[in-house]
Amino acid sequence: MMKFGVVVFPGSNCDADCLHVLKNVLGQPAEYIWHKYDSVVGFDCIVLPGGFSYGDYLRPGAIARFSPVMEAVIEFANNGGLVLGICNGFQVLLEAGLLPGAMRRNDSLQFRCHDTDLKVENTETPFTILCEPGQVLKIPVAHGDGNYYCDPATLKALNKNNQIVFRYCNQQGDVVAAANPNGSVDNIAGICNQNGNVLGMMPHPERCAEKILGNDASMILLNSVLAYWQRKVH
Amino acid sequence: MTNSNEYSLQPGVWREMGLTDAEYEKIKEIIGREPNYVEVGIFAVMWSEHCSYKTSRPLLKLFPTTGSHVLQGPGENAGIVDIGDGQAVVFKIESHNHPTAIEPYQGAATGVGGILRDVFTMGARPIALLNSLRFGYLDNARTRFLFSGAVEGIAAYGNCMGVPTVGGEVYFAPGYQENPLVNAMCVGLIKHQDIKKGIATGVGNPVMVVGARTGRDGIHGATFASEELSEDSVERRPAVQVGDPFMEKLLLEACLEVIKSGHVVGIQDMGAAGLTSSSCEMASRAGTGIEMDLLRVPRREEGMTAYELMLSESQERMLVVVKPDAVVKVKAIFDKWDLEAVVVGKVTGDGMLRLTEGDKIVAEMPAKALTEEAPLYERPYSEPEDLKAVQALALASIPQPEDYNQILLQLLAAPNIASKEWVYRQYDHMVGINTVVRPGSDATVLRVKGTAKGIAITTDCNARYCYLDPYTGGMIAVAEAARNLVCSGAKPLAITNCLNFGNPEKPAIMWQFRRAVQGISEACRQLNTPVTGGNVSFYNETKDTAIYPTPVIGMVGLVEDLTRHCTQDFKNNGDIIILVGVNQEELGGSEYLRVVHAMEAAGKPPALDIALEKKVQQAVLRAIKKGLIKSAHDCSEGGLAVALAESCIAGNIGGEIALPASVWQGIRLDALLFGETQSRIIITSAANHTDQLLQDLVELAVPFTRLGTVGGTNFEINLLDPESKIINLPVAKLKNEWREAIACLMK
Repeated sequence: MMKFGVVVFPGSNCDADCLHVLKNVLGQPAEYIWHKYDSVVGFDCIVLPGGFSYGDYLRPGAIARFSPVMEAVIEFANNGGLVLGICNGFQVLLEAGLLPGAMRRNDSLQFRCHDTDLKVENTETPFTILCEPGQVLKIPVAHGDGNYYCDPATLKALNKNNQIVFRYCNQQGDVVAAANPNGSVDNIAGICNQNGNVLGMMPHPERCAEKILGNDASMILLNSVLAYWQRKVH
Repeated sequence: MTNSNEYSLQPGVWREMGLTDAEYEKIKEIIGREPNYVEVGIFAVMWSEHCSYKTSRPLLKLFPTTGSHVLQGPGENAGIVDIGDGQAVVFKIESHNHPTAIEPYQGAATGVGGILRDVFTMGARPIALLNSLRFGYLDNARTRFLFSGAVEGIAAYGNCMGVPTVGGEVYFAPGYQENPLVNAMCVGLIKHQDIKKGIATGVGNPVMVVGARTGRDGIHGATFASEELSEDSVERRPAVQVGDPFMEKLLLEACLEVIKSGHVVGIQDMGAAGLTSSSCEMASRAGTGIEMDLLRVPRREEGMTAYELMLSESQERMLVVVKPDAVVKVKAIFDKWDLEAVVVGKVTGDGMLRLTEGDKIVAEMPAKALTEEAPLYERPYSEPEDLKAVQALALASIPQPEDYNQILLQLLAAPNIASKEWVYRQYDHMVGINTVVRPGSDATVLRVKGTAKGIAITTDCNARYCYLDPYTGGMIAVAEAARNLVCSGAKPLAITNCLNFGNPEKPAIMWQFRRAVQGISEACRQLNTPVTGGNVSFYNETKDTAIYPTPVIGMVGLVEDLTRHCTQDFKNNGDIIILVGVNQEELGGSEYLRVVHAMEAAGKPPALDIALEKKVQQAVLRAIKKGLIKSAHDCSEGGLAVALAESCIAGNIGGEIALPASVWQGIRLDALLFGETQSRIIITSAANHTDQLLQDLVELAVPFTRLGTVGGTNFEINLLDPESKIINLPVAKLKNEWREAIACLMK
């Protein structure tokens, strides 16, 4: 068994969705971690869920990263602990400096909620080891600030270190501008840190893990985490 | 009683507050003296049309409100219906029209905020939002500003709250150009034992104000909602509230936590008329009184008067009556969420609403005088003088089209029919991970986690029908809502309604209101969907032009077994397409007449045979439950051809429709294809289930016609002769026209 912790910031609103999928679909022990706690000891993977932490009235994630729990999360990540930031959680990871780059408003200047196709660009992270290289996963987005940006030097480094995990693509797997829902640099949908133990992604895997919702494409990501963990433990 | 000079009353000031001289005399009689400024202000807002329903109440009594599954009917913050297993659904719809007309973003956003509070104040967790929108045509720049602002405001509030906006409707008609409608509906889920009500019981119990601080925003919002819009209305912008969805998210979590803790006696949201309505309504329902020291109310700025504090409509606030020993524990829960919770007074036994500033009494009046004893008006009504002329429609003078392909494309691109994706892609419609059937279908379906059940929800109203015949239009709104739920595999349970009308002081408007209420009542009785609450919005007029009468129906239904829910999209090659119901030659009030013949509203709306409607609905629901149906879609705006095309578009698959002579003989072809005859549902079934399905329909004596077969990449209609193709178009082309139309208009 693998113990998951789902951080709850004021304004998190995908926390319950993540907990449901981890507990009731993946069948693993999972608990909420209140943002005022200063420890994440005892957890094997930390999830920073989507939502509007502190209302996103400043830059998304800019205030949440000062929550007491974030110091513990940073320490956990730096010691190799698995951290997954989804949507607002990704934004918090950027603001906390665990991942490089920044988020801008969607180029449409509108919130966007719909399915996107993602090309798995790196199958060596703990979150993607069961995926085939270039596999296309249909996972929905729901955000107003998902327009990922980094400077050319950082983008070069991301590419060189194989840190780009997901890119928006069409159904055939071609990375084309028309498939990009927000204008992000190089169609980036998700990136990891150099060690691969911290993943930030704008699309919501917790929303497509059950057949009743018409799509369980993200189970391969969740099962990857479990498979990685079992290999590590044994 | 010490009447402070600060609040002394200038003669006639009550008229500026919206009270008549007679109403002012009645206030004097009730309290036995001259009221002061604060008291008149409180009476004025509570006796406004918006809060008192003084015009509508006598007619609203016509609604059927009871049923074996109704746990809470009208009179509370929201209605409640049982869905089995000790669970219930809490739901309500409310208007935010006038604020949206002058400040669309905040106007629409705070409409969403208000309806959310109505649902979570009952102890329910909101699981879905819907919005019924009406705007002028999009060729007007200001309309585009209002429309995009309202959609953005709705998105901003709902998305931040993490409550999915899963459906609703959008219509465009000229009457809404200056007076758009935004009706927000919220649905929540609750266990029976967690239900809380807005009652202030227990003499001596502490009364607390929780959530946001009170500011000077939204003062007179309820009064503003009770007058016609005019060129001066922009000056009312300070009457529009400003929303803070993050604050509301904290308030939601804190309120649900405090309700679960068992410390709460009663709780109510501060909506229209803020502190005033919440306090006197809670006391009135319990037969008690409430005393509050206004100096203790947390405020955003210094120097606020008693009048301002009582009439402020600052958002994200609640009034909570708690158990006497629970104040510290309640404060601790709100503190966890970084929210204020302050004791401002107590429940009393004398039935009075008494307001003090420290030791000084600033207002004192019987709570019931503000609520139950508000004036009632039986206003005169008479049929609009021009109605008969409007209803007259000489079909023979309307030429039939030559190119039906062109007409179909034109209709699919008409904003009232075209895809509303431009709207709902801005709404997070998936958060909560319950959305089984997404927006764009006949009804949205949500799962209930941990059970096999689902909840289906829809809002419906064809206001053009209501304008042409409010009785029939009202009935159709209910029937269509039920039909939409049935198409998704749900049994309709109950409705909430939002009745948007013009100025009821005009007899023609009052007649429309009366007839619509009668029609809705009759349909609800027949379809066994009682009314559990709702909202009336009058004075939707500008420059003497009223909106179409728009009684929006919000309906919820139960899908007993989610594995047997149904959607509108055609599924597989070879599936058989069947029309359940009967075609009639009815073009009155149709979208076809408007789009193709530029007749905005003409003729009589389609007739509704409620007995046939019931039979059609029962037969289709039974067949879905038996697993005999692969898709179901009701025929509404655009008629048979548009409904068939929509099922092709949704399924990305073609269909060949071969109409037998029995269908097209004796009926104009344009009426057959685009007329909006009611009580028709298009279903498909796998070829090996069709015999069983048709046999069942025969047994139930439900009329049906076999129309054709699903398959290919084209949508084709012929008269039982492939050589006589009336319509033959690639589905991809139909989809493109239908999908891009509104986005193009908004560029």
